[in-house]
Amino acid sequence: MSVLTLESILKGRRSQPHQLIEVLHDVQERYRYIPEEDMRIVSRELGVPLIEVYRVANFYKAFSLKPLGRNVITICTGTACHVRGSNLLSNQVLGQLGISPGDTTEDGQFTLEQVNCLGACALGPVVVLNGTYYKHMTPSKLRSLINSVNEKGIEDTDDAKSKTKGKKRQRSC
Amino acid sequence: MPKVKPRVKSVKDLAELRKRLRSSAKNFKSKLTICGGTGCHASRSQDVIDAVKKELKKRKLEKSVRVRVTGCHGFCEQGPLMILEPGNIFYCGLKPEDAGEIIAETILKGEVIERLLYTDPVTSNKVQTEAEIPFYRAQDRQLLAQNRHVDPCSIEDYIAIGGYSALAKTLAEFSPEKVIEEVKISGLRGRGGGGFPTARKWAECRSAPGEEKYVICNADEGDPGAYMDRSILEGNPHLVIEGMMIGAWAIGARQGYVYVRNEYPLAVKHARIAIQQAREYGLLGDDILGGGFSFDMEICRGGGAFVCGESTALMASLEGKVGEPRPKDVHTVTDGLWHKPTTLNNVETWANVSPIISNGAAWFAGKGTRGSKGTKIFALTGRVKNTGLVEVAMGTPLRTIVFDIGGGAINGRAVKAVQTGGPSGGCLPLDRLDLPVDFDALYDAGSMVGSGGIVVMDEKTCMVDVAKYFLAFLQDESCGKCVPCRLGIDRMLEIVTDITEGRGRPEQIDLLKELADTVASASLCGLGKTAPNPVLSTLRYFPEEYEAHINEKRCPAGVCRELIEYEIDAEKCNGCGACRRACPHDAIKGKKKEAHVINSRKCQKCGICLSGCKFDSIIVT
Ligand SMILES: Cc1cc2nc3c(=O)[nH]c(=O)nc-3n(C[C@H](O)[C@H](O)[C@H](O)COP(=O)(O)O)c2cc1C
Ligand code: SF4
Ligand code: SF4
Ligand code: SF4
Ligand code: FES
Ligand code: FES
Repeated sequence: MSVLTLESILKGRRSQPHQLIEVLHDVQERYRYIPEEDMRIVSRELGVPLIEVYRVANFYKAFSLKPLGRNVITICTGTACHVRGSNLLSNQVLGQLGISPGDTTEDGQFTLEQVNCLGACALGPVVVLNGTYYKHMTPSKLRSLINSVNEKGIEDTDDAKSKTKGKKRQRSC
Repeated sequence: MPKVKPRVKSVKDLAELRKRLRSSAKNFKSKLTICGGTGCHASRSQDVIDAVKKELKKRKLEKSVRVRVTGCHGFCEQGPLMILEPGNIFYCGLKPEDAGEIIAETILKGEVIERLLYTDPVTSNKVQTEAEIPFYRAQDRQLLAQNRHVDPCSIEDYIAIGGYSALAKTLAEFSPEKVIEEVKISGLRGRGGGGFPTARKWAECRSAPGEEKYVICNADEGDPGAYMDRSILEGNPHLVIEGMMIGAWAIGARQGYVYVRNEYPLAVKHARIAIQQAREYGLLGDDILGGGFSFDMEICRGGGAFVCGESTALMASLEGKVGEPRPKDVHTVTDGLWHKPTTLNNVETWANVSPIISNGAAWFAGKGTRGSKGTKIFALTGRVKNTGLVEVAMGTPLRTIVFDIGGGAINGRAVKAVQTGGPSGGCLPLDRLDLPVDFDALYDAGSMVGSGGIVVMDEKTCMVDVAKYFLAFLQDESCGKCVPCRLGIDRMLEIVTDITEGRGRPEQIDLLKELADTVASASLCGLGKTAPNPVLSTLRYFPEEYEAHINEKRCPAGVCRELIEYEIDAEKCNGCGACRRACPHDAIKGKKKEAHVINSRKCQKCGICLSGCKFDSIIVT
């Protein structure tokens, strides 16, 4: 997809207040958060009071008013993932990186997000790292995954271990 | 495929196009269908697809072998999945490395590769086709089975299997009243949770005053653990569009909206492409099929708020506003989107419309129970062996779904409970599993069909924790507009949290019930009204688990963090040291080949050691 600019995002949507959420989605995709300056422009161009733009951006979970970290870890905490132990995964990230859902590490390396279902429930617990889905997550697999991002290039021992394990594991069908 | 789409201007054009598409499909010697649904994507099906395409190109077979990437086939647990024709051969658990062998052996020589077939867990026999797999055998897949025949990005595929013929039939033969009558006779009830009779909604909207009317497809699917709406929209978007068009004809609408959650990017993409393609063929727009009917539609993304699945909140959100429900003194069928008469139905409800028109109301009404007709898709998840999407006739006992189709609990454990209906539903114990899935029967037992999530729980699931889970979810998702919901759920959560953290007192149970009563009766919208259900049903069927937490400060399932300890069974431990090396908190000590011990003061209860011990020596008490 071509790079979105605020101009192209607004094209054909000016003075259409009902396009607010769609526009904010596109802004969020472009900058990975909603900058204040853009909210002002959106307010003016769509004809929605700034306070309403702010209220909407604040109400919906999809929008972030703070910049995201370089890597986004999304943990599914939906029912199917929960009963398969996804709470241990959130604890794991808290223990390892010291961040709770919605937070970003101080060095800007990681943001932790929680969602209530990603629609891959059959494979829970599910974790998404920068858009890639990981199924059947366990605390130790998640730990290795975070390490592998953190020390890119360095073969993490845990990671190497889980790789050989993966090979040995028998096909389940 | 022609580059410029021929406009389909009449029913005859459509029939001719279908004939052409079917005959050009015969040019392919074999067909290879790979699941590209979200579940299989999570199992890296894209790598398999790429490998297969590369292999076909290498062997110059692109023109004789059709590769069709489709939506979900239901058996997500076993993905990535592939079906090969001729032969109807079903392969599962594929890896990119398998591509070469599949082309060389199966496509070119017609040999079946044993290793890639499914193994029947009971007989240990390899089975070759979908029909022989127990997971599929007990189902009645009316909607889901279509997924394998259509590439969601190809309207041609949909037309080839008979798509848009229900629309053609409607425009040519049915008056709007006749459509509503047909839907009424079919007995179709809304699949979005409440089970409201669809025809009644349409009739009320049709007779509501006003020229401008709208139809909306609710694809918000906020219920965590449910993903059938996604799988239909993602796998077969035209089925939903066609249903909406027939509905729009019936009520007299010219514009439709699909409200879909943003967490479902593939569904958004496929629905957008589908609408575009339908427009190119002239199946959306003015004077559709020459029948004088004009209709167009738009996709709107949700913002990740559960409450926006509620009809009035959804309409507010569609208008670009904060999604807060409003009182339903006046129904949305007369005063809906932009204060115009509006019909809002769930994805699966819309998907059922064109089969009803094509096959007749009697066909649909012939399935199911007295009060619940047709089939229903369930998302079978949790601590069950065969997770995936299951489509069965209404009235099928829960036991059949959980045991015959689902294969029972994982790791040979015992099923303890089944949660149905999501945050609005409840947990049913094992001895209630003979109940049929029927809107009214489940409601009477304190649960609900809801949108169709079935979450299986075993002895490793703590029912108090489940109650807490739903309360926390609902507290987070409450829009906060009305006091009983906002404060009531909060207070209930506080009490249940006390119980799971060892501060519970016996008298709190009565207070919990009293609060539940108030929240259920005084909340404004369905979220608050049904919020107490998970708590009440666990209290009703699993009181002993609450008692263990309150009186003995013990979590029998080993889930509630404050009440458990990780320990090593010295009898079983052989001192392999795997846990010691894995523990990130240095909490495990022990010499090689001697039993290890966990220092409970250092242990963070992270669970890392548990999954790593191959000898089952680590216990949670
Ligand atoms: C809090 C809340 C959330 C809901 N979420 C959904 C949803 O995600 N999808 C859906 O189809 N219906 C949902 N519903 C039900 C809708 O309000 C509405 O009844 C339904 O979409 C009507 O369609 P149907 O008649 O086809 O079932 C929800 C209701 C409530 C109260
Ligand atoms: S019941 Fe809850 S979600 Fe519904 S309107 Fe009231 S506060 Fe909002
Ligand atoms: S991994 Fe298991 S067997 Fe090995 S030392 Fe730890 S508890 Fe003992
Ligand atoms: S639960 Fe975690 S912290 Fe505790 S012993 Fe096991 S690995 Fe170590
Ligand atoms: S519950 Fe986690 S993906 Fe649905
Ligand atoms: S996503 Fe492939 S079977 Fe469900």
